[in-house]
Amino acid sequence: MYKILAKEDLTSDIHLFKVEAPAIARKAQAGQFVIVRSGEEGERIPLTIAGWDKEEGSVTIVFMEVGATTRKLALLNSGDSILNFVGPLGRPTEIEKFGTVVCVAGGFAIATIVPIARAMREAGNKVISIMGFRTRELVFWEERLGSVSDELIVTTDDGSYKRKGLVTEPLKELLQEAEVARVIAIGPTVMMKFCSLTTKPFGVKTIVSLNPIMVDGTGMCGCCRVSVGDETKFACVDGPDFDAHEVDWDLLMNRQRTYLDEEREALRLWETSTTRF
Amino acid sequence: MAEKKKINLNRVPIPKQSPEMRRKNFSEVALGYTGEQAIEEANRCLQCKKPSCKDGCPVNVDIPEFIKAICDHDMPEAVRILKGKNSLPGICGRVCPQETQCEMRCNLAKKGAPIAIGRLERYVADWERAHPEISEKQGEHIKSNGKKVAIVGSGPAGLTCAADLAKRGYEVTIFEALHVAGGVLMYGIPEFRLPKQVVQGEVDYVKSLGVEIKLDQIIGKIATVDEFLENGYAAIFLAPGAGAPMFLNIPGENLSDIYSANEFLTRTNLMKAYLFPEYDTPIKVGKRIAVFGGGNVAMDASRCALRLGAEEVYIIYRRSKVEMPARLEERENTEEEGVIFKLLTNPRKFIGDEQGRVKAVECYEMELGEPDESGRRRPIPKPGTEFIIDIDAAIIALGTQPNPIIPSTTKGLELTRWGTVKTDEATGRTSKDRVWCGGDMATGAATVISAMGAGKRAATDIDAYLQGKSELP
Repeated sequence: MYKILAKEDLTSDIHLFKVEAPAIARKAQAGQFVIVRSGEEGERIPLTIAGWDKEEGSVTIVFMEVGATTRKLALLNSGDSILNFVGPLGRPTEIEKFGTVVCVAGGFAIATIVPIARAMREAGNKVISIMGFRTRELVFWEERLGSVSDELIVTTDDGSYKRKGLVTEPLKELLQEAEVARVIAIGPTVMMKFCSLTTKPFGVKTIVSLNPIMVDGTGMCGCCRVSVGDETKFACVDGPDFDAHEVDWDLLMNRQRTYLDEEREALRLWETSTTRF
Repeated sequence: MAEKKKINLNRVPIPKQSPEMRRKNFSEVALGYTGEQAIEEANRCLQCKKPSCKDGCPVNVDIPEFIKAICDHDMPEAVRILKGKNSLPGICGRVCPQETQCEMRCNLAKKGAPIAIGRLERYVADWERAHPEISEKQGEHIKSNGKKVAIVGSGPAGLTCAADLAKRGYEVTIFEALHVAGGVLMYGIPEFRLPKQVVQGEVDYVKSLGVEIKLDQIIGKIATVDEFLENGYAAIFLAPGAGAPMFLNIPGENLSDIYSANEFLTRTNLMKAYLFPEYDTPIKVGKRIAVFGGGNVAMDASRCALRLGAEEVYIIYRRSKVEMPARLEERENTEEEGVIFKLLTNPRKFIGDEQGRVKAVECYEMELGEPDESGRRRPIPKPGTEFIIDIDAAIIALGTQPNPIIPSTTKGLELTRWGTVKTDEATGRTSKDRVWCGGDMATGAATVISAMGAGKRAATDIDAYLQGKSELP
């Protein structure tokens, strides 16, 4: 059992848990993930590590409520425990001095790009971050990402806060104006795909953190297989970071939809069971 | 001396659920002997002066001795003898390929009716589980020798090695990657062949010897082998089990609803997807499903698919029935349940619908040519025989390759060209000091009992080494 030391609601449906996991905290690096299972009947889901504290022995995860599993997880509070918490898994993000690095994040992935931006900056890069949200109410961690970036651009789809539009627009401008050595894009698959399409004509190496469905998370089951450069890779052990320009995005999105019917059914059952109270 | 025993060639059959019944449930297929049946079968044993059955057992169970105890109605003695050599008898009695091991060497095998050693072993183990009051509290008698051993993986190799070392006084900690102990016995072999309660009982027995099992520990990630060696562990036994599943490498293989057998069985057995939505993990079988491969895992996957509600289940295998690596008993059980065998058939490509889900597989026929390196006749494609089978899902059961996490994070661990850890078969020693290896990580995909044998040999060698009885070269 892994105790939740602190919980923070970043928006109404994005939550942060600081979890007691000293052995994982000692080894965690930016870009790695953990597998979480919240109860006896629960499924195993991968969540990217958003932070860690070796002294405190804690690992921070941030997740969004999307289906029954994440809704159940969101019911846990500080002082409660998570049944299984496994990691640190996957290869860490490649951190080197590249020059200017643009870090792009959308939605709850803002949390996971913070340690990457920090590590990039500590390695001597100039870090420009772009964070995108649907609307003003969903904005979080503007200051925190700002504090580890040399420049920060905030967009909202509806223009209710800062710049109106999608993250790909300022990304394109930066590529046109500046010498960008590398782009890191993390967020919903469709966002990562469009960031990839944006950077490709400029020939700027772009790294994405893929989020296919996983079961064991250790290379044993092959559920998370993705096609990168026409080769089948397992996101859990070969990734989760891959060269965006080599990723077969349509395949990834199709495979992510494998259990859409079952996910809807589980959510419906969950909602009917919870509205009784 | 007793007069020479009369030979009885009537092997007592084991009661089973009928095929019509069992294909709809996950309960155990073989129901086990009653006391009377066990004694009847045990009485057939000739109690040979030079029993060759023992030589066929990778863990050298004292077979005639425990059978004698059954004949004498002394079940506690039968348990004691059996467990003296085998810590996991309920598992072995169910999943060992006795027909190629102990039973093959039985003197009655020549007459076509070897003693049903596996069924008797299972009977003794089940009797013990039903009589917990007689099981000794083993751990209380063991005095610690103060030496710590780490074992990576709680599958058959790890559990066996742990039990043998604990009995010798070592302080053993097992590090398990998944959220339950048992490895392939839990995630791989289905409930209807090996009830999880039986596995849990034998895991609990190993714990009762004083072995600690830590779950959720991916060695190579959370801690490395070298860190263990630096931090107080005198020896390490690596038994992390099957690695990455192999695929066919044909077009369309990544379409949705195409599973590796590992994934399909893990969802079913470990995550209990057959109880969705009560359990959160889903699985898809559809109406028609094809399983590729001819081993025990292919049989297990096809039979799970039936029980999950598939109407037509195909096993597609490129050679003929006699070349199938699956146990005869499992193949027969599978056929009886109505799985359709498409033999001498090979897939060329998977065909998907507009949502990227598999909807068909294109296959072609094969014929058998001259024997290849494996001694089996080589399958050769027959041109112009392409045909299409409509399917809703597929399972690829072709075996596994070693998992890279431990080799890539351990200094000085030599590998073979297949990526397995280079290991001395007799002792389990690797190229690295104080590190032993066994099970699939050392041999590639193999059986539960061969992994147990490796665990046992490694325990003996680790003990000899740590007692200073032998030195590493």
